[in-house]
Amino acid sequence: MQMIIKILGPGCKNCASLTENTKEALSELNMEAEIVKITDYEQMAAYGIMSTPALVIDEKVVSSGKVLKTKEIIKMIERLVQ
Amino acid sequence: MFVFEWLNDQLLKMTWLSDLIRLLVQNVFGLDITQRLGGSIHFFLYDTIKIFILLSVLIFVISYIQSFFPPERTRKILGRYKGIWANLLGALLGTITPFCSCSSIPLFIGFTNAGLPIGVTFSFLISSPLVDLASVLLLASIFNWKVAVSYVVVGVVLAVTAGTIISRLKMEKYVEPFVFSNKVLDVEQASLTVKDRASFSLEQVLGIVKKVWLYVLIGVGIGAAIHNWIPQDIISAVLGADKWYSVLLATFVGVPMYADIFGTLPIAEALVAKGVGLGTVLSFMMAVTALSLPSIIMLKKVVKSRLLLTFVGIITIGIMIIGYAFNAFGSFLL
Repeated sequence: MQMIIKILGPGCKNCASLTENTKEALSELNMEAEIVKITDYEQMAAYGIMSTPALVIDEKVVSSGKVLKTKEIIKMIERLVQ
Repeated sequence: MFVFEWLNDQLLKMTWLSDLIRLLVQNVFGLDITQRLGGSIHFFLYDTIKIFILLSVLIFVISYIQSFFPPERTRKILGRYKGIWANLLGALLGTITPFCSCSSIPLFIGFTNAGLPIGVTFSFLISSPLVDLASVLLLASIFNWKVAVSYVVVGVVLAVTAGTIISRLKMEKYVEPFVFSNKVLDVEQASLTVKDRASFSLEQVLGIVKKVWLYVLIGVGIGAAIHNWIPQDIISAVLGADKWYSVLLATFVGVPMYADIFGTLPIAEALVAKGVGLGTVLSFMMAVTALSLPSIIMLKKVVKSRLLLTFVGIITIGIMIIGYAFNAFGSFLL
Protein backbone atom coordinates (compact mmCIF):
# COMPACT_ATOMS: atom_id res chain seq x y z
CA MET A 1 0.00 0.00 0.00
CA GLN A 2 1.34 3.38 -0.88
CA MET A 3 2.50 5.68 1.89
CA ILE A 4 0.28 8.72 2.39
CA ILE A 5 1.98 11.86 3.65
CA LYS A 6 -0.15 14.77 4.77
CA ILE A 7 1.12 18.31 5.23
CA LEU A 8 -1.07 20.32 7.60
CA GLY A 9 -1.04 24.08 7.41
CA PRO A 10 -2.97 27.14 6.21
CA GLY A 11 -0.69 27.61 3.24
CA CYS A 12 1.95 30.05 4.38
CA LYS A 13 5.56 29.81 3.31
CA ASN A 14 6.46 27.32 6.06
CA CYS A 15 4.00 24.77 4.71
CA ALA A 16 5.39 25.20 1.20
CA SER A 17 8.96 24.68 2.49
CA LEU A 18 7.93 21.55 4.39
CA THR A 19 6.29 20.18 1.24
CA GLU A 20 9.42 20.90 -0.81
CA ASN A 21 11.68 19.20 1.73
CA THR A 22 9.36 16.20 1.90
CA LYS A 23 9.46 15.81 -1.88
CA GLU A 24 13.26 16.03 -1.77
CA ALA A 25 13.43 13.45 1.00
CA LEU A 26 11.26 11.04 -0.96
CA SER A 27 13.34 11.43 -4.10
CA GLU A 28 16.57 10.87 -2.16
CA LEU A 29 15.12 7.72 -0.62
CA ASN A 30 13.85 6.68 -4.03
CA MET A 31 10.44 6.23 -2.53
CA GLU A 32 7.01 7.14 -3.78
CA ALA A 33 4.24 8.49 -1.64
CA GLU A 34 1.05 10.38 -2.07
CA ILE A 35 1.42 13.91 -0.71
CA VAL A 36 -1.78 15.58 0.46
CA LYS A 37 -1.98 19.22 1.56
CA ILE A 38 -4.56 19.89 4.25
CA THR A 39 -5.48 23.56 4.67
CA ASP A 40 -8.89 23.17 6.22
CA TYR A 41 -8.85 23.79 9.99
CA GLU A 42 -11.65 21.37 10.66
CA GLN A 43 -9.61 18.55 9.17
CA MET A 44 -6.43 19.73 10.91
CA ALA A 45 -8.17 19.82 14.28
CA ALA A 46 -8.84 16.10 14.02
CA TYR A 47 -5.12 15.42 14.37
CA GLY A 48 -4.82 17.34 17.64
CA ILE A 49 -1.90 19.50 16.60
CA MET A 50 -1.20 22.87 18.19
CA SER A 51 1.16 24.46 15.72
CA THR A 52 1.71 24.41 12.02
CA PRO A 53 3.13 23.22 9.75
CA ALA A 54 2.67 19.60 10.73
CA LEU A 55 3.78 16.41 9.04
CA VAL A 56 1.59 13.33 9.16
CA ILE A 57 2.83 10.02 7.72
CA ASP A 58 0.25 7.23 7.35
CA GLU A 59 -2.01 8.96 9.85
CA LYS A 60 0.75 9.35 12.45
CA VAL A 61 1.73 12.89 13.46
CA VAL A 62 5.52 12.92 13.29
CA SER A 63 6.11 16.61 13.83
CA SER A 64 4.23 19.84 14.40
CA GLY A 65 5.34 23.44 14.45
CA LYS A 66 8.65 22.82 12.71
CA VAL A 67 9.79 23.06 9.14
CA LEU A 68 11.81 19.84 9.11
CA LYS A 69 14.90 19.77 6.98
CA THR A 70 15.16 17.14 4.25
CA LYS A 71 17.65 15.10 6.32
CA GLU A 72 15.30 15.05 9.31
CA ILE A 73 12.38 13.94 7.14
CA ILE A 74 14.48 11.11 5.69
CA LYS A 75 15.26 9.89 9.21
CA MET A 76 11.58 10.03 10.17
CA ILE A 77 10.50 8.03 7.15
CA GLU A 78 13.23 5.44 7.64
CA ARG A 79 12.24 4.99 11.28
CA LEU A 80 8.62 4.44 10.34
CA VAL A 81 9.33 2.04 7.51
CA GLN A 82 11.45 -0.25 9.69
CA MET B 1 23.38 53.24 38.38
CA PHE B 2 26.09 54.67 36.20
CA VAL B 3 27.06 51.16 35.04
CA PHE B 4 23.44 50.43 34.09
CA GLU B 5 23.24 53.62 32.07
CA TRP B 6 26.50 52.89 30.35
CA LEU B 7 25.36 49.35 29.49
CA ASN B 8 22.04 50.72 28.30
CA ASP B 9 23.78 53.25 26.08
CA GLN B 10 26.29 50.81 24.64
CA LEU B 11 24.17 47.70 24.22
CA LEU B 12 20.70 49.02 23.55
CA LYS B 13 21.12 52.53 22.25
CA MET B 14 24.45 51.70 20.65
CA THR B 15 25.75 55.22 20.90
CA TRP B 16 29.09 53.89 19.65
CA LEU B 17 27.38 52.80 16.45
CA SER B 18 25.75 56.18 15.98
CA ASP B 19 29.13 57.87 16.39
CA LEU B 20 30.79 55.43 14.01
CA ILE B 21 28.17 55.99 11.32
CA ARG B 22 28.42 59.72 11.86
CA LEU B 23 32.15 59.53 11.18
CA LEU B 24 31.45 57.43 8.09
CA VAL B 25 28.87 59.85 6.71
CA GLN B 26 30.93 62.93 7.46
CA ASN B 27 34.41 61.77 6.54
CA VAL B 28 33.87 59.11 3.89
CA PHE B 29 30.73 60.39 2.18
CA GLY B 30 31.57 64.00 2.93
CA LEU B 31 28.05 64.92 3.99
CA ASP B 32 26.91 67.22 6.73
CA ILE B 33 24.91 65.26 9.25
CA THR B 34 22.80 68.23 10.24
CA GLN B 35 21.58 68.60 6.70
CA ARG B 36 18.77 66.55 5.17
CA LEU B 37 20.73 64.14 3.01
CA GLY B 38 23.45 63.46 5.54
CA GLY B 39 20.90 63.21 8.32
CA SER B 40 18.73 60.67 6.54
CA ILE B 41 21.67 58.54 5.47
CA HIS B 42 22.98 58.53 9.03
CA PHE B 43 19.54 57.60 10.40
CA PHE B 44 19.06 54.90 7.77
CA LEU B 45 22.41 53.19 8.27
CA TYR B 46 22.50 53.52 12.06
CA ASP B 47 18.94 52.36 12.61
CA THR B 48 19.11 49.48 10.16
CA ILE B 49 22.33 48.09 11.57
CA LYS B 50 21.20 48.64 15.16
CA ILE B 51 17.89 46.89 14.60
CA PHE B 52 19.46 43.92 12.85
CA ILE B 53 22.10 43.44 15.54
CA LEU B 54 19.55 43.72 18.33
CA LEU B 55 17.09 41.54 16.45
CA SER B 56 19.60 38.73 16.00
CA VAL B 57 20.89 38.74 19.56
CA LEU B 58 17.47 39.15 21.14
CA ILE B 59 15.76 36.51 19.04
CA PHE B 60 18.52 34.06 19.82
CA VAL B 61 18.28 34.57 23.58
CA ILE B 62 14.50 34.65 23.61
CA SER B 63 14.14 31.58 21.40
CA TYR B 64 16.41 29.75 23.79
CA ILE B 65 14.06 30.64 26.66
CA GLN B 66 11.08 29.81 24.47
CA SER B 67 12.42 26.33 23.77
CA PHE B 68 11.41 25.55 27.37
CA PHE B 69 7.80 26.52 26.70
CA PRO B 70 6.32 24.70 23.71
CA PRO B 71 2.54 25.17 23.35
CA GLU B 72 1.88 21.72 24.81
CA ARG B 73 3.64 22.63 28.04
CA THR B 74 1.93 26.03 28.22
CA ARG B 75 -1.40 24.29 27.87
CA LYS B 76 -0.57 21.93 30.75
CA ILE B 77 0.51 24.78 32.99
CA LEU B 78 -2.54 26.89 32.23
CA GLY B 79 -4.88 23.98 32.89
CA ARG B 80 -4.03 24.10 36.57
CA TYR B 81 -5.25 27.63 37.25
CA LYS B 82 -8.65 29.21 37.49
CA GLY B 83 -10.24 32.59 37.10
CA ILE B 84 -8.34 35.78 36.55
CA TRP B 85 -5.04 34.18 37.54
CA ALA B 86 -5.38 31.87 34.57
CA ASN B 87 -5.97 34.88 32.32
CA LEU B 88 -2.95 36.65 33.80
CA LEU B 89 -0.76 33.60 33.39
CA GLY B 90 -2.11 33.13 29.88
CA ALA B 91 -1.19 36.68 28.99
CA LEU B 92 2.28 36.35 30.52
CA LEU B 93 2.99 33.01 28.85
CA GLY B 94 1.76 34.50 25.59
CA THR B 95 4.71 36.82 25.64
CA ILE B 96 7.28 34.04 25.82
CA THR B 97 5.71 31.16 23.91
CA PRO B 98 7.03 30.67 20.41
CA PHE B 99 4.23 31.31 18.06
CA CYS B 100 3.98 31.98 14.37
CA SER B 101 0.74 33.76 13.58
CA CYS B 102 -0.34 31.00 11.24
CA SER B 103 -0.35 28.68 14.24
CA SER B 104 -2.89 30.81 16.06
CA ILE B 105 -5.83 28.72 14.94
CA PRO B 106 -4.44 25.26 15.74
CA LEU B 107 -3.32 26.72 19.05
CA PHE B 108 -6.79 28.07 19.76
CA ILE B 109 -8.28 24.69 18.94
CA GLY B 110 -5.67 22.85 21.00
CA PHE B 111 -6.18 25.04 24.09
CA THR B 112 -9.96 24.85 23.85
CA ASN B 113 -9.95 21.08 23.41
CA ALA B 114 -7.92 20.68 26.57
CA GLY B 115 -10.65 22.47 28.45
CA LEU B 116 -9.04 25.88 28.89
CA PRO B 117 -11.70 28.61 29.12
CA ILE B 118 -11.79 30.62 25.90
CA GLY B 119 -11.11 33.81 27.87
CA VAL B 120 -7.73 32.41 28.85
CA THR B 121 -7.01 31.37 25.28
CA PHE B 122 -7.89 34.86 24.10
CA SER B 123 -5.66 36.47 26.75
CA PHE B 124 -2.86 34.36 25.34
CA LEU B 125 -3.71 35.14 21.72
CA ILE B 126 -3.86 38.87 22.41
CA SER B 127 -0.65 39.21 24.37
CA SER B 128 1.35 37.00 22.06
CA PRO B 129 1.72 39.31 19.06
CA LEU B 130 1.35 42.44 21.16
CA VAL B 131 3.98 41.95 23.80
CA ASP B 132 7.00 40.40 22.26
CA LEU B 133 10.07 40.30 24.45
CA ALA B 134 12.35 41.25 21.60
CA SER B 135 10.29 44.26 20.65
CA VAL B 136 10.08 45.35 24.29
CA LEU B 137 13.85 45.44 24.41
CA LEU B 138 13.89 47.34 21.15
CA LEU B 139 11.43 49.84 22.66
CA ALA B 140 13.86 50.28 25.54
CA SER B 141 16.61 50.87 23.03
CA ILE B 142 14.70 53.41 21.01
CA PHE B 143 12.91 55.22 23.83
CA ASN B 144 13.76 54.17 27.35
CA TRP B 145 13.03 51.52 29.96
CA LYS B 146 10.10 53.35 31.51
CA VAL B 147 8.32 53.32 28.17
CA ALA B 148 9.16 49.66 27.57
CA VAL B 149 7.94 48.49 30.98
CA SER B 150 4.76 50.58 30.70
CA TYR B 151 4.09 49.00 27.31
CA VAL B 152 4.40 45.50 28.75
CA VAL B 153 2.20 46.28 31.76
CA VAL B 154 -0.43 47.93 29.62
CA GLY B 155 -0.37 45.14 27.01
CA VAL B 156 -0.79 42.45 29.66
CA VAL B 157 -3.61 44.38 31.35
CA LEU B 158 -5.36 44.71 27.98
CA ALA B 159 -4.98 40.98 27.31
CA VAL B 160 -6.26 39.98 30.76
CA THR B 161 -9.18 42.43 30.66
CA ALA B 162 -10.27 41.40 27.18
CA GLY B 163 -10.00 37.70 28.04
CA THR B 164 -11.94 38.15 31.27
CA ILE B 165 -14.72 40.10 29.56
CA ILE B 166 -15.03 37.42 26.90
CA SER B 167 -15.28 34.74 29.59
CA ARG B 168 -17.79 36.72 31.64
CA LEU B 169 -19.99 37.26 28.60
CA LYS B 170 -20.08 33.47 28.30
CA MET B 171 -19.16 33.56 24.66
CA GLU B 172 -18.23 29.88 24.44
CA LYS B 173 -21.39 29.29 22.48
CA TYR B 174 -20.03 31.41 19.68
CA VAL B 175 -17.12 29.13 19.01
CA GLU B 176 -17.60 26.81 16.05
CA PRO B 177 -18.67 23.39 17.35
CA PHE B 178 -15.99 21.45 15.52
CA VAL B 179 -13.38 23.06 17.77
CA PHE B 180 -14.66 21.18 20.81
CA SER B 181 -14.94 17.74 19.41
CA ASN B 182 -11.38 16.66 18.92
CA LYS B 183 -8.76 14.67 20.66
CA VAL B 184 -5.88 16.23 22.50
CA LEU B 185 -2.57 15.14 21.12
CA ASP B 186 0.04 14.89 23.82
CA VAL B 187 3.17 14.62 21.76
CA GLU B 188 5.97 13.21 23.84
CA GLN B 189 8.25 16.12 24.44
CA ALA B 190 11.69 14.78 23.70
CA SER B 191 14.12 16.46 26.05
CA LEU B 192 16.29 18.92 24.25
CA THR B 193 20.01 19.21 24.76
CA VAL B 194 21.82 22.53 24.93
CA LYS B 195 22.97 21.89 21.37
CA ASP B 196 19.35 21.27 20.25
CA ARG B 197 18.22 24.51 21.86
CA ALA B 198 21.13 26.48 20.41
CA SER B 199 20.50 25.22 16.90
CA PHE B 200 16.75 25.88 17.27
CA SER B 201 17.52 29.43 18.40
CA LEU B 202 19.88 29.96 15.49
CA GLU B 203 17.24 28.67 13.07
CA GLN B 204 14.74 31.09 14.58
CA VAL B 205 17.13 34.02 14.11
CA LEU B 206 17.79 33.16 10.47
CA GLY B 207 14.15 32.42 9.78
CA ILE B 208 12.87 35.62 11.33
CA VAL B 209 15.53 37.83 9.75
CA LYS B 210 14.65 36.33 6.38
CA LYS B 211 11.00 37.06 7.03
CA VAL B 212 11.25 40.62 8.29
CA TRP B 213 14.31 42.21 6.70
CA LEU B 214 12.23 43.91 4.05
CA TYR B 215 9.75 45.26 6.61
CA VAL B 216 12.64 46.61 8.65
CA LEU B 217 14.21 48.34 5.67
CA ILE B 218 10.89 49.83 4.63
CA GLY B 219 10.20 50.90 8.20
CA VAL B 220 13.60 52.52 8.57
CA GLY B 221 13.15 54.16 5.16
CA ILE B 222 9.83 55.67 6.18
CA GLY B 223 11.34 56.64 9.51
CA ALA B 224 14.23 58.38 7.77
CA ALA B 225 11.83 60.22 5.48
CA ILE B 226 9.76 61.38 8.43
CA HIS B 227 12.88 62.32 10.34
CA ASN B 228 14.38 64.51 7.70
CA TRP B 229 12.06 65.19 4.83
CA ILE B 230 8.52 65.60 6.03
CA PRO B 231 8.08 68.97 7.71
CA GLN B 232 7.04 69.03 11.34
CA ASP B 233 3.91 71.09 10.64
CA ILE B 234 2.32 68.49 8.39
CA ILE B 235 2.90 65.76 10.92
CA SER B 236 1.65 67.90 13.80
CA ALA B 237 -1.43 68.86 11.84
CA VAL B 238 -2.41 65.26 11.27
CA LEU B 239 -1.03 63.43 14.27
CA GLY B 240 -0.05 66.10 16.79
CA ALA B 241 -0.25 65.15 20.43
CA ASP B 242 -2.84 67.80 21.04
CA LYS B 243 -5.16 66.64 18.27
CA TRP B 244 -7.98 64.63 19.81
CA TYR B 245 -8.43 62.52 16.70
CA SER B 246 -4.81 61.42 16.37
CA VAL B 247 -5.28 58.30 18.49
CA LEU B 248 -8.43 57.31 16.59
CA LEU B 249 -6.69 57.84 13.29
CA ALA B 250 -3.63 55.86 14.34
CA THR B 251 -5.76 52.99 15.62
CA PHE B 252 -8.05 52.71 12.64
CA VAL B 253 -5.21 52.91 10.16
CA GLY B 254 -3.25 50.30 12.08
CA VAL B 255 -5.97 47.71 12.68
CA PRO B 256 -6.34 46.29 9.15
CA MET B 257 -2.64 46.56 8.45
CA TYR B 258 -0.09 44.00 9.23
CA ALA B 259 3.57 44.78 9.45
CA ASP B 260 6.16 43.21 11.62
CA ILE B 261 6.63 45.13 14.83
CA PHE B 262 10.31 45.56 14.11
CA GLY B 263 9.40 47.56 11.05
CA THR B 264 7.10 49.88 12.98
CA LEU B 265 9.68 50.80 15.61
CA PRO B 266 11.81 53.13 13.44
CA ILE B 267 8.62 54.82 12.26
CA ALA B 268 7.52 55.24 15.88
CA GLU B 269 10.88 56.71 16.79
CA ALA B 270 10.78 59.25 14.00
CA LEU B 271 7.18 60.26 14.70
CA VAL B 272 7.80 60.86 18.39
CA ALA B 273 10.83 62.94 17.53
CA LYS B 274 8.54 65.09 15.38
CA GLY B 275 6.16 65.74 18.25
CA VAL B 276 3.57 63.02 17.74
CA GLY B 277 2.20 61.90 21.09
CA LEU B 278 3.71 58.73 22.58
CA GLY B 279 0.20 57.38 23.03
CA THR B 280 -0.70 57.91 19.38
CA VAL B 281 2.41 56.08 18.30
CA LEU B 282 1.90 53.18 20.73
CA SER B 283 -1.72 52.88 19.58
CA PHE B 284 -0.52 52.56 16.03
CA MET B 285 2.04 49.91 16.94
CA MET B 286 -0.44 47.92 19.00
CA ALA B 287 -3.14 48.14 16.34
CA VAL B 288 -0.74 46.93 13.67
CA THR B 289 0.50 43.95 15.67
CA ALA B 290 -2.52 42.81 17.67
CA LEU B 291 -5.01 42.88 14.85
CA SER B 292 -4.74 42.44 11.13
CA LEU B 293 -7.05 41.56 8.32
CA PRO B 294 -5.36 38.18 7.69
CA SER B 295 -5.58 37.11 11.34
CA ILE B 296 -9.21 38.20 11.61
CA ILE B 297 -10.06 36.24 8.49
CA MET B 298 -8.42 33.16 10.00
CA LEU B 299 -10.21 33.58 13.32
CA LYS B 300 -13.51 33.77 11.47
CA LYS B 301 -13.11 30.08 10.67
CA VAL B 302 -13.19 28.96 14.27
CA VAL B 303 -15.27 31.63 15.91
CA LYS B 304 -18.68 33.04 15.00
CA SER B 305 -19.16 36.65 13.97
CA ARG B 306 -20.50 37.88 17.27
CA LEU B 307 -17.49 36.65 19.24
CA LEU B 308 -15.15 37.88 16.54
CA LEU B 309 -16.67 41.35 16.58
CA THR B 310 -16.55 41.42 20.40
CA PHE B 311 -12.89 40.47 20.27
CA VAL B 312 -11.99 43.11 17.69
CA GLY B 313 -14.13 45.69 19.43
CA ILE B 314 -12.62 45.19 22.88
CA ILE B 315 -9.09 45.34 21.55
CA THR B 316 -9.73 48.43 19.45
CA ILE B 317 -11.34 50.29 22.33
CA GLY B 318 -8.62 49.12 24.69
CA ILE B 319 -5.92 50.37 22.33
CA MET B 320 -7.60 53.74 22.04
CA ILE B 321 -7.90 54.11 25.82
CA ILE B 322 -4.24 53.25 26.16
CA GLY B 323 -3.40 55.77 23.45
CA TYR B 324 -5.22 58.61 25.17
CA ALA B 325 -3.76 57.69 28.54
CA PHE B 326 -0.21 57.66 27.24
CA ASN B 327 -0.72 60.94 25.44
CA ALA B 328 -1.98 62.50 28.64
CA PHE B 329 0.63 61.05 30.97
CA GLY B 330 3.40 60.12 28.54
CA SER B 331 5.48 63.18 29.20
CA PHE B 332 6.33 61.75 32.60
CA LEU B 333 7.88 58.74 30.88
CA LEU B 334 9.95 60.32 28.17
